[in-house]
Amino acid sequence: MEQLAYATGTIVAGVFACVAWFWGSNLLLDLIWPPRGPQAGRNITRANLIRPWAFIGPAVLFLGLYLVYPVLNSAARSLMDAGSREFVGLDNYRWLAGDAKFRESIANNMLWLLIVPAASTFLGLIAAQVTDRIRWGNLAKSLIFMPMAISFVGAGVIWKFIYDYRPEGQDQIGLLNAIWVALGHAPQTWLTLPLLNNLFLMAVLIWIQTGFAMVILSAALRGIPEETVEAAILDGANPVQLFFRIKVPQIRGTIAVVWTTITIVVLKVFDIVFVMTNGQWGTQVLANLMYDWMFRGAPDYGRGSAIALVIMALVTPIMIWNIRNARAETR
Amino acid sequence: MSQIAGTKARLVWAVNLAALVLVLLWTIPTFGLLVSSFRDRDQIAATGWWRAAFATEQTGFERAGTAADQLPEGDLFVISGDLTGAGAQVTAWGISSRDPAAFTPGETAELKDGQRLTVAADGAYRLSSPTAFTETRGMRIFLTTAEKPRATLENYARVIGAEGLGRAFLNTMTVTIPATVIPILIAAFAAYALAWMEFPGRALLIAAVVGLLVVPLQLALIPLLKFHNEIGLGKGYMGIWLAHTGFGLPLAIYLLRNYMAGLPREIIESARVDGATEFQIFRRIILPLSFPALASFAIFQFLWVWNDLLVATVFLGNRPDQLVMTGVLRELLGSRGGDWEILAASAFLSIAVPLLVFFALQKYLVRGLLAGSVKGG
Repeated sequence: MEQLAYATGTIVAGVFACVAWFWGSNLLLDLIWPPRGPQAGRNITRANLIRPWAFIGPAVLFLGLYLVYPVLNSAARSLMDAGSREFVGLDNYRWLAGDAKFRESIANNMLWLLIVPAASTFLGLIAAQVTDRIRWGNLAKSLIFMPMAISFVGAGVIWKFIYDYRPEGQDQIGLLNAIWVALGHAPQTWLTLPLLNNLFLMAVLIWIQTGFAMVILSAALRGIPEETVEAAILDGANPVQLFFRIKVPQIRGTIAVVWTTITIVVLKVFDIVFVMTNGQWGTQVLANLMYDWMFRGAPDYGRGSAIALVIMALVTPIMIWNIRNARAETR
Repeated sequence: MSQIAGTKARLVWAVNLAALVLVLLWTIPTFGLLVSSFRDRDQIAATGWWRAAFATEQTGFERAGTAADQLPEGDLFVISGDLTGAGAQVTAWGISSRDPAAFTPGETAELKDGQRLTVAADGAYRLSSPTAFTETRGMRIFLTTAEKPRATLENYARVIGAEGLGRAFLNTMTVTIPATVIPILIAAFAAYALAWMEFPGRALLIAAVVGLLVVPLQLALIPLLKFHNEIGLGKGYMGIWLAHTGFGLPLAIYLLRNYMAGLPREIIESARVDGATEFQIFRRIILPLSFPALASFAIFQFLWVWNDLLVATVFLGNRPDQLVMTGVLRELLGSRGGDWEILAASAFLSIAVPLLVFFALQKYLVRGLLAGSVKGG
């Protein structure tokens, strides 16, 4: 209770501080350069030079301190030793290149990158197309979209239950093993099967991201001009051709946006692996490996930061692509 | 013509069926855990959750009373009692392990020396003998019982209290609400400046915001933790509020700026002509009109902060009373990996609020997603 009061107090104080800043700086500008009197024109121009910076000041401060500075700081730490005391040049990166766990993580991340965005986008596309054509489409959309609201940890529990294993002969309480046994096979500990277990972890993220893909692609599909579809039907296209040859090419841009957005999520994937296998049995990924080096046992900030920088490097092409797209739009 | 109609009807069927399959695949995992959270430990371990609506069948044996329990009844000696608890139904019983289901309830078995045994469906038994019993150990009676399906709230009561989820709920609230409100305030002003004020460096700032959208949080953890320690903030709520504010700002500014830039130019310009100051325009015109965008960001940020594990693990402590719900859930997965009744109830408590928010405010969530992504065809 005490802490809720603290939280409420912080909200009030935060709101008050923000309002005081924006209102106060605005007032101050009006006092120094009053927008009336003989020099109104000049004063307004001057005040308008400063005012935008008063408005974006706090945001720039936060972005700089909480996002830009850490990137630079991590880059510096990745060139230093475990305790960030001495400069060691590229030693950490050299170590990375030879580390078996790091190679495993990179390989797994690549697998995630290949499979998850593709599967989520494809399933989202199918779900969008299907739910747009039925009467209970909105309900169906809601239900497919629902996992979006579930935390990765919660999803981890939900899926771990599906993959649950009981020794042969006992009643299987995990859905996957129950089906597997009903088909006449021996039960499996799914999360320890090499290579396959990666797929079982990916299923969780695909399950979460498909709804996102569906919502966006469905809006894009509805935006396709009717004429193109009608013309194709008149030319005798069947539904499958209509979908893949006429509709999909027209929403290519949106598909790319969905794909890259999911790619970013995949690169940062941490919680799912962390709670389901913790990188054991060959399921390590970069984000969890970094966590291991930074927060487990004897922390090594140099190596941890180097891994973080690798994630950053993988994200950078998409970042540049996004910026170029955004600039093309604002122009 | 009729052929085309036939194909069409079949297509409609196929589409409906495909949708149904998708919906089932996407809801069954969650539904299974929800059902399990209402079953008790033994039920979960005995059968899959999909059989929760049916009776669970168990086999085993119970011992009848001993010579000490016998009562004379006419010229017979009788031992009687109840073999099962309430709610259980005996479907078959037996007197040897070789054939544990030899008799149906109500049947009478003839034993050695004129002894007779009857077991009723409700578990009541009656063992009679013409001579006095001498056994000091009760005889074994094999039972096949069907336990009626039942739902329990015990799991929830337990995780809220003993497993610390009630406390974690408060902690999560404490983290989430300020971490949702504060970035909105800061972002709204910044978004307005970026959308409607002319100043040098604006394009660059917009590009920077778009770039920062994808910066992996992983990079920020150690530098920020060190920074918080240096300025004396250490680990605690203030630190996590600030961190979430920083991490949420790019999306907030991006979403709000896009929305505000789409507002009709005439309104803002006519207000400027009428002599309204930028602050007045912002407060009286932009802010009310931007409500949908503010709402969608608020939902995003709320869901993201509520569901976050990494930032909370790093910026809050790891003492049991400091954990948020995702943290507790993670601890439970480690320490009680097989106790599905605990895990299911805990998982459900932790996702209940996000699901509620999701279903109640889905409209704004979808709108926000579309504003953020569908552009350039």
